[in-house]
Amino acid sequence: MKARVTVTLKSGVLDPQGKAIEGALRSLGVNGVVSVRQGKVFDIEIEGKDKAQAEVALKEAADKLLANTVIENYRIEVVG
Amino acid sequence: MKSAVIVFPGINRERDMARTLRLVSGREPVMLWHADTALPAGTDLVVIPGGFSYGDYLRCGAIAARSPIMDAVRKFAAGGGLVLGVCNGFQIACEAGLLPGVLMRNQNLRFICRDVYLRVERSDTPFTRGYNAGQVIRVPVAHGEGNYIADSETIAQLEGEGRVLFRYSSPDGLVDPNWNHNGAMNGIAGILNERGNVLGMMPHPENHVETVIGSTDGRGLFAGLVDHLAKAA
Repeated sequence: MKARVTVTLKSGVLDPQGKAIEGALRSLGVNGVVSVRQGKVFDIEIEGKDKAQAEVALKEAADKLLANTVIENYRIEVVG
Repeated sequence: MKSAVIVFPGINRERDMARTLRLVSGREPVMLWHADTALPAGTDLVVIPGGFSYGDYLRCGAIAARSPIMDAVRKFAAGGGLVLGVCNGFQIACEAGLLPGVLMRNQNLRFICRDVYLRVERSDTPFTRGYNAGQVIRVPVAHGEGNYIADSETIAQLEGEGRVLFRYSSPDGLVDPNWNHNGAMNGIAGILNERGNVLGMMPHPENHVETVIGSTDGRGLFAGLVDHLAKAA
C-alpha cells in the first residue's frame, strides 16, 4: 500500500524558510502570494492490505520520528 | 571527574570536547559510540558534543536522539546524572526529550560562525558555579539551527524557574535583539532541565579554555563541574 505523511509547522511557529521562499516568489514577480509555509512530505510503502493497521503504523512513525510534535502537525493519507 | 563523550556519525566536535575535559579534569574521557548501550560504571558526566549527526537529516538531532546509546543517557539523566549537550548536542537533547523546546533555523537563515557574548544568569548550578551571576563570557558559536523556540507556557516556566543559564548579550551584558544572533526566544543560548542536571547550550565553551586561543572564558563551566563533583563525592 502507498501512503503519504505530510508534516507542517503548527500555526504560530515562525518559519524562516517559508519567509525566505515567500520573499523569493515576490522577487520573481509571482503575483498574489500572501504567505508561504513550508513542510515535508514522506511517501511510504507499507506491506499488507489492512488500511487500519497501516494507519496505526504510520501514526507511530509520525509520532516517534517523522514529526516533532512540539512544533509540527502531521497528516496521514493511505492512498491504497 | 569521569566523563563520557557520545560519538554519532557526522559529529565533528568530539575531539575538542575530549581535549577540554582532559585539560580541565585531568582525566581522559571515555568515547562512546552511538550503537553502545551502556555508560561505563561510575560516569559523572555525559557530554553530547557538536557537529552534524546523521547529516542533520530529517531535523537536526532527530535521528541521533533515537539511537541506542540515548536510552542509557536518558536513564542516567533520570537518575540525576549530569548531562551537557553542546550545539548539535543541545538539539539532540531536545529531540530526545531531555530538554523542552526546539532549535529552529536561524532567523536570518545563515550559518553563524563567530565569537558571541553570553550573560551567565545564575552561578548556583553545577554548570555555572565557575562563574558569577551576571558575568559576561565570550565563546564561539557555529550553527545554522540555533533559534530556540518553545510554546509560551514552556518559556514562562523556564524563566520562572530560573532555568535559562545563558543568554546572548552585548559585551557588557545587555540582552537585546541586536545581540541575539539567531533569533532565539528571550535571547536564550542555554537552558537547564527541570531537575537541574541537564544543560543544553548552542555556544561552544570547550573551544575557549586555553590562553593560546585568546580566551579562557569557557573554562569556568568545566572547572565548575569538576569542583561540584569533588564536593559531592
